[in-house]
Amino acid sequence: MLTGKWLDIGPTTQIQPGSARTLPVAGGEEIAVFHTMRGEFYALVNKCPHKAGPLSEGIVHGDTVSCPLHNWRISLRTGEAQGDDKGCTPTIPMKVDAGRMFLLREAVIGPVAQSGVAA
Amino acid sequence: MNADTGFAAASALKERLVVIGNGMAGCRAVEEVLARDPARYAITIFGAEPRVNYNRIMLSPVLAGEKTFDEIVINGPEWYADNAITLVSGDPVTAIDTAERTVTSASGRVEPYDRLLIATGSDPFIIPVPGHDLPGVVTFRDLDDVDKMLAAAEGGGHAVVIGGGLLGLEAAHGLTLRGMSVSVVHLMPTLMERQLDEAAGWLLRQELERRGQTILTGANTKAILEADGRVAGVELEDGTRIKADIVVMAVGIRPATALAKAAGLTVERGILVDDHMVTSDPAVLAVGECVQHRGACYGLVAPLWDMCRSLAAYLTDAPQGYEGSVTSTKLKVSGIDLFSAGDFSGGEGAEDIVLRDAARGVYKRVVLRDNKVVGAVLYGDTADGSWYFDLLKKGEDVSPIREALIFGQAFAQGGGALADPNAAVAALPDDAEICGCNGVSKGQVVGCINAGAHSLDAVRSTCKASASCGSCTGLVERLLAVTLGAEVESGPKPMCKCTSFTHDDVRRNIVEKGLRAIPQVMQELHWTTPEGCSSCRPALNYYLLCAWPGEYEDDQKSRFVNERLHANIQKDGTYSVVPRMWGGLTNPRELRAIADVVEKYDAPMVKVTGGQRLDIFGIKKEDLPAVWADLNAAGMVSGHAYGKSLRTVKTCVGSEWCRFGTQDSTGLGVKIERMTWGSWMPHKFKIAVSGCPRNCAEATIKDFGVVCVDSGYELHIGGNGGIHVRATDLLTKVATEKEAMEMCAAFIQLYREDAHYLERTAPWVERKGVDWVRAQLLDDPEAVGKLARRFRYSQKFSQDDPWAARVAGERRDLHAHLAQVRPLQLENA
Ligand code: SRM
Ligand SMILES: Cc1cc2nc3c(=O)[nH]c(=O)nc-3n(C[C@H](O)[C@H](O)[C@H](O)COP(=O)(O)OP(=O)(O)OC[C@H]3O[C@@H](n4cnc5c(N)ncnc54)[C@H](O)[C@@H]3O)c2cc1C
Ligand code: SF4
Ligand code: FES
Repeated sequence: MLTGKWLDIGPTTQIQPGSARTLPVAGGEEIAVFHTMRGEFYALVNKCPHKAGPLSEGIVHGDTVSCPLHNWRISLRTGEAQGDDKGCTPTIPMKVDAGRMFLLREAVIGPVAQSGVAA
Repeated sequence: MNADTGFAAASALKERLVVIGNGMAGCRAVEEVLARDPARYAITIFGAEPRVNYNRIMLSPVLAGEKTFDEIVINGPEWYADNAITLVSGDPVTAIDTAERTVTSASGRVEPYDRLLIATGSDPFIIPVPGHDLPGVVTFRDLDDVDKMLAAAEGGGHAVVIGGGLLGLEAAHGLTLRGMSVSVVHLMPTLMERQLDEAAGWLLRQELERRGQTILTGANTKAILEADGRVAGVELEDGTRIKADIVVMAVGIRPATALAKAAGLTVERGILVDDHMVTSDPAVLAVGECVQHRGACYGLVAPLWDMCRSLAAYLTDAPQGYEGSVTSTKLKVSGIDLFSAGDFSGGEGAEDIVLRDAARGVYKRVVLRDNKVVGAVLYGDTADGSWYFDLLKKGEDVSPIREALIFGQAFAQGGGALADPNAAVAALPDDAEICGCNGVSKGQVVGCINAGAHSLDAVRSTCKASASCGSCTGLVERLLAVTLGAEVESGPKPMCKCTSFTHDDVRRNIVEKGLRAIPQVMQELHWTTPEGCSSCRPALNYYLLCAWPGEYEDDQKSRFVNERLHANIQKDGTYSVVPRMWGGLTNPRELRAIADVVEKYDAPMVKVTGGQRLDIFGIKKEDLPAVWADLNAAGMVSGHAYGKSLRTVKTCVGSEWCRFGTQDSTGLGVKIERMTWGSWMPHKFKIAVSGCPRNCAEATIKDFGVVCVDSGYELHIGGNGGIHVRATDLLTKVATEKEAMEMCAAFIQLYREDAHYLERTAPWVERKGVDWVRAQLLDDPEAVGKLARRFRYSQKFSQDDPWAARVAGERRDLHAHLAQVRPLQLENA
């Protein structure tokens, strides 16, 4: 069952469509959780592959976000930079169930802690 | 077990198939089994509802008064009798014993099975707000719900439908037809956001509002209000209260899995099934909305039919396997044509083809990926919906018909010549009407092209084709291409890749046609993308804000981060905070407050800016509201150092102190800043007032500069000290402060109303010509007064300190983290 693997991060209503919110992780990378205009949810490490700009503050359009610092476009699905720019931001597997958002625990806390959780 | 039955023919020895759920999937599954092998099973169906099997999707027409219950029955009593099916209706199953292979019903009936089929459908989701269980709060799932709604509608009155999805809108439609006044409360900004994009959702909304429904989007229900022991209204998060005699909750459904879960079957979101609809117990199958297959749960009937076929094939020993379904949606609201299918979220590698016909209210969008149709949204004209859906399911390569795809099947498959739009246009007769607004025929357009109009603009100005609404722009462009080949002159640059309209055209149309929302501009001006891009959205937002002060509601999604967070983002993701210092003046109280903030929030740097004020660096977005609260408390407001708006009014000390000063430049600067602060502009705007021609405030490289002289005030415009330094042009000279301020307001308004978004005054003045600017302001003695009045009017709505609003709690979500994750917590969560 899923309870061992997914981390409940609260109701979807916390994130307005077309925007993102942040989830700092002690000892890990801050995560940006996006809610697109079309009601999809994505989670990525909150760092642009260019110069680590906070993607959470960019303009969201379709399933991409434009980085607030130098306007690179990053795919929310894959974390990949679009167009001529090269680079990739790690994504965190995410699901929505009955109005609540869940992140894959292993991906949130990294591989070291992972073994502890799986036990 | 089968071996034991041997050749015994008695029906008692048939395998016993028990079905839980007398709904759409359960009965269809039985039909499919009977069609394959009518003699194989002894069948018992349990139904919680006290009636025979009916077509649930037709409850909407029943509610709307377009059908009666009798007309929507699928299988009447004779069907059960003819097929020797035992129907136990009005008696829900309450337990399954998978070890004993029995089910038990509410009335205590115990039924043994060899094969069990669970087809319990879904339960409507009820948001657990206070009052959700009051009498008068209903869901929309079965006939009893419809009866409750009809009873409520008898007295007219008010209905609130919570949820603007398919079900909610069908309920709203039915209740409207039944004479209730209906409000729809929807959490998302777009109606039916799962099926529709912003553009189609907006058209739908317009139509529903035209029909008298009140549509509230972005509206979060806080509570259902009570009076006399039943529902009386709905209260929203923002405090709005809506009267209600009945509340319909249509916010979504959840697979009905409780029974399966209690029986120990594997359940995630739905009951897990394999490709043959078998659950984790080999004797138990499940079908319909209650299942989860390959990660997907469905809420429409088409996938259920596919499931039922696979299930029946398996139960009759000819397994095929179900592979999942692609779904499409239509809304059953009479007079509204809407179709949506597949994945239209766009993104990487996806290509949008958009066709908008404002006159007919049509929006069509087909999404391609690797030259295959992956999604479609149609509004207003859905004739080709099934054709696109078919292309989508087949996954055909559509590159041969790519150009004509959006015009529909008849056009695209017209074959040969017609599939090429240029050829199609060439084939039109000379008297075919091209421009409906101005009544221009193809012959006339070609005539004017041959007479020398070699660009779109030239055609527009000579024969007026496409000069009004512009919907025939594409046709005129094709005529140019067909007539001139390579000689077409490209016209002025369009605003962005989403449109063929220029900034000027867009601005003119917004005003002339009274366009009041971004999706409306996009529809009326035939945007070729569904929701614009990060270049046109902020521009449209500004143009609308400028055109309709006090009326247009700012679209925060269309703002760059700095304007959303009212602070400048820094390279490390922190923010800088610049409070306003009117005319560069400050005092101990302000300085103390700034010093306190720097210490309290550990700001790594505070600096005097080139704009005569102090900039506090390194503030975290979570701390911004608290910082602003402290600054507000000392009387300071936002300096808009982050905005396409008035920045600073730089002043020098002037006649108060300076031995050369001719006028009170400081005082005038403060007055000007008080008049102009908070105004949104096409780009940032800087002002300076110098007390004499020595010009210590650098007024002659500002957007608007005042140089005081003995006899009055020289007013300068269009200066820039940035990338391309440009000294100002002298606009005029006036005698009094009052005139200087009036001219300043008028000039700003002229710039606000005319310039392109992201065009500073310097390039704008160069593009239009100084003479043009002078003529606008000086030729007509009334002009300045009119412009200045319009500026002051719009300022009424923009001189609210945006920081104070945030301090008061507005948009707290923008500043607060969602949560914090600490590994220890995580382990224990
Ligand atoms: C803070 C300040 C520098 C300073 O330490 O003094 C500054 C800082 C920035 N300037 Fe400036 N400019 C500052 C005065 C100026 C001036 C001088 C002035 O205003 O008198 C100029 C030249 C005058 C002019 O604009 O005509 C100036 C010309 C620019 C330009 C070039 C504009 C142009 O039209 O060419 C940019 C780039 C842009 O806007 O696209 C820019 C952009 C910026 C940005 C917003 C860059 C950015 O996008 O992040 C910097 C923001 C820093 C921050 O986070 O606060 N800054 N900048 C000054 C703030 C003044 C204020 O109190 O608001
Ligand atoms: C108003 C409305 C309009 C719709 N419009 C459309 C549309 O236009 N297009 C479309 O594709 N889909 C539409 N749908 C969705 C469609 O009706 C469902 O997808 C379909 O009915 C699902 O079939 P099902 O058999 O899984 O569930 P259901 O049809 O709900 O059948 C389940 C049955 O099981 C019974 N049951 C539950 N628990 C038990 C128990 N323990 N014991 C005995 N019986 C039990 C329930 O009472 C119910 O009768 C609409 C739905 C509604 C409510
Ligand atoms: S030079 Fe002129 S404006 Fe500057 S301080 Fe002296 S008098 Fe004032
Ligand atoms: S840091 Fe994101 S574009 Fe530069």
